[in-house]
Amino acid sequence: MWQDLPLWPNRASALANRVDALFIFLIAVCGFFAVMIFVLIFVFAVKYRRSKNPVPTQIEGSLILETTWSVVPFGVFLIMFVWGASIYMVEARPPKNAMEIFAVGKQWMWKFEHPEGQREINQLHIPVGRDVRMTMISQDVIHSFFVPAFRIKQDVLPGRYTTTWFHAIKPGRYHLFCAEYCGTMHSGMIGEVVVMEPATYQAWLQGGTGEGSLASTGQKLFQQLGCSSCHRSDTQGRGPNLAGVFGKPVLLDDGRTVAADENYVRESILNPGAKVVAGFKPIMPTFDKIINEEQLLSLVAYVKSLAQPEQREPVSNRPAVTPHSAAATQRKQ
Amino acid sequence: MATVAAPAVERENYLNTDYGIRSWLLTVDHKRIAILYLISITFMFFIGGFFATMIRLELLTPAGDLMSSDTYNKMFTMHGVTMVWWFLIPSIPAVLGNFLVPLMVGAKDMAFPKINLASWYLFMISAGLLLYVMLTGGIDTGWTFYVPFSTSYSNSHVIAAGVAVFINGFSTIFTGLNFVVTIHRMRAPGMTWSRLPLFLWSNYANAVIMLLATPVLAIVLVLVALERAFGIGFFTPQLGGDPLLFQHLFWFYSHPAVYIMILPSMGVVSEVVSTFCRKRIFGYAFVALASIAIAVLGFLVWAHHMFVSGMSAYAAMVFSLLSYCVAVPSAIKVFNWTSTMYKGSISMATPMLYAMGFIGLFTMGGLTGLFVAALGVDVHVTDTYFIVAHFHYILVGGAVMGYMAGIHFWWPKITGRMYSEVWGKIAAGVIFIGFNLTFFPQFVLGYLGMPRRYHAYPPEFQVLNTLSTAGASILAVGYLLPLLYLLFSLKYGEVATDNPWGATGLEWRTTSPPPTANFEESPVVTWEAYDYSSIPEVPVAR
Repeated sequence: MWQDLPLWPNRASALANRVDALFIFLIAVCGFFAVMIFVLIFVFAVKYRRSKNPVPTQIEGSLILETTWSVVPFGVFLIMFVWGASIYMVEARPPKNAMEIFAVGKQWMWKFEHPEGQREINQLHIPVGRDVRMTMISQDVIHSFFVPAFRIKQDVLPGRYTTTWFHAIKPGRYHLFCAEYCGTMHSGMIGEVVVMEPATYQAWLQGGTGEGSLASTGQKLFQQLGCSSCHRSDTQGRGPNLAGVFGKPVLLDDGRTVAADENYVRESILNPGAKVVAGFKPIMPTFDKIINEEQLLSLVAYVKSLAQPEQREPVSNRPAVTPHSAAATQRKQ
Repeated sequence: MATVAAPAVERENYLNTDYGIRSWLLTVDHKRIAILYLISITFMFFIGGFFATMIRLELLTPAGDLMSSDTYNKMFTMHGVTMVWWFLIPSIPAVLGNFLVPLMVGAKDMAFPKINLASWYLFMISAGLLLYVMLTGGIDTGWTFYVPFSTSYSNSHVIAAGVAVFINGFSTIFTGLNFVVTIHRMRAPGMTWSRLPLFLWSNYANAVIMLLATPVLAIVLVLVALERAFGIGFFTPQLGGDPLLFQHLFWFYSHPAVYIMILPSMGVVSEVVSTFCRKRIFGYAFVALASIAIAVLGFLVWAHHMFVSGMSAYAAMVFSLLSYCVAVPSAIKVFNWTSTMYKGSISMATPMLYAMGFIGLFTMGGLTGLFVAALGVDVHVTDTYFIVAHFHYILVGGAVMGYMAGIHFWWPKITGRMYSEVWGKIAAGVIFIGFNLTFFPQFVLGYLGMPRRYHAYPPEFQVLNTLSTAGASILAVGYLLPLLYLLFSLKYGEVATDNPWGATGLEWRTTSPPPTANFEESPVVTWEAYDYSSIPEVPVAR
């Protein structure tokens, strides 16, 4: 019978314990206040019913009571706020070195791409005991990546990447839902997250199609599309050298500085004129409508791979960040 | 219209001055306009209720088998749209507020009687357009019209529905305008702000929200229509827009709109609790100012609907903190109502049962609001049935219970007849039980992770969904009962006295039903609000 009537969701991530602890605290505190109000109403309604208490006692109010029931609840609310915000800040900051999975949501399916190149639809295989960071984008309307057993949910937007992360602690199969209404088959945009022991996960990875890693797919595309003729690996290209760029601040030709994150790389491919690196001309053509979201993700993965530590030492060879070109930009303004 | 009140053989009142259809359709009497609104929104309530019934029937079983996905999506969209804009928002203001605001301030009518009538005509035009949308295929965007789905992907009547809501918004604005000006300018001599009944305080705060928030809804609907019709890129990224801009604009209206729905109910509950305890409201000034605080703070919390939308984490923290701040004035009200009962002389008549139901269910809705204001918990429960349960506790357990309390409380004044007290109590009990059985299981479903707006769901959620559907059928009976016994009372009900409950408001110091000009002579107020020594001792047998 209890199989048919679950009352508490699976607890399969490190975060789930923290969220449940706050939830239980909220039930306890709010339950106390609710029961207090219900009991008072019931007792007063019986004790002071008109047949028993025909003449009411007029009471104006009480400043002490008003202050008490304003300040005390607010104090309790502050505890809830701080507790809730502290969990949220953990959710908002994926750990460094998390394993990275890309997701594309579209009406009405989820596509996942592993860094090793495996692709899957509506199923996400991940190892237990590792931090996993999701970088997600939608091809059409807004979707939302929701795994109740992990207590995480993140809207998946068209036009820019959003991220979330989790750390699974219990092998098993868990529901994956789309939580933002997305049209006809919204309730069919479901899948499962398969949490596996690390060894099993490795075996599963080996069983893949062997198309090569996501970054290597991106590298091939980088050559095919001719990106490499301008983004050369020296300082002579007409576009900036992309080695070591990812994750660093970039000085733009209007004097602003932006962080070279996934969304910046994506925007620079689709709308190259929006944020041009200082010292370069806005000559790059747009690749909007030429490549799809999955190809974009592989390019992002490739640019990201260029920032790996072993390739990261020489940062200063780019004109973008030399004092001279920055000053030239200043003069132009 | 402007006849002098006739001597008391057959007392002239606003209902028997003229029976012609023109006298209703061209009336500028706030009381008759209230009746027009009462009939219109009751009709819309049962249409919205029909959609709710279809939703609950579909969810009885896990598979989506009763209707197609598209039909189901239209059902919950039209349920939300109808209930929010064509029932909840006009409910208390346009019916009870229209009837009572001039009476309670001691005036002959609203400040702008013709604008008041225009408000009803706009409402009817918008309702006609909405019915046209329903009958020609409906709309499937959810009541929230989220982009880019609504602008670029939906194949339903988005623009027509948007125009309907747009027109409906102006009927709201007209009502709000009348309330603000009437309460400021038309109070009887002696009716100072500190003597104002709390119903007026909360409707005043509410009217200010109506005036300031509704135009933002109008703007966002125009932008949606422009993008959908002409491809002007406000919101869709492919066109150069930002979908979060839509959400910010939409919730900047729609969160205050929640207070538009609940504040008037709070006003009703203050009147009812005081009357049936025969006691001045505990902490009158705090209850009055809490309404203003809710109206002001209510404008500053909109983005708590967007904690998982991809907006900045630091912005989310600000909105979480502000959401806790707006909970304080609501808590103040609940504590003061409860304290008013202390040492009162309590009569458990039907309006009081509904008011007590309101306090209990609003408390539940408010306390679960603390759950969803907590960022870490909201991430898990937002867009699940936890949210569905939470806002139904506020909007049905709170707003509709308050509306029912008010309809019963002022029924003798509005119609001149008493309804059946026995049936009133039975219906209140049925509604309370049906409501809790419908919506409490949804809290559990939500924490388990069942997303809202799902046509089909995993089988392990079936038991709780079945409970909810069973509750909904009880609730449906509960809402049909008042329709029957209230209509019955119009012909067969006992004739009401001028002040059957022994209440203190000015509306109870004129006849039941009141004459067209409201008072035989203009009242002068020399007593404080809820001063039970100012009225002759009224024996209340109920």
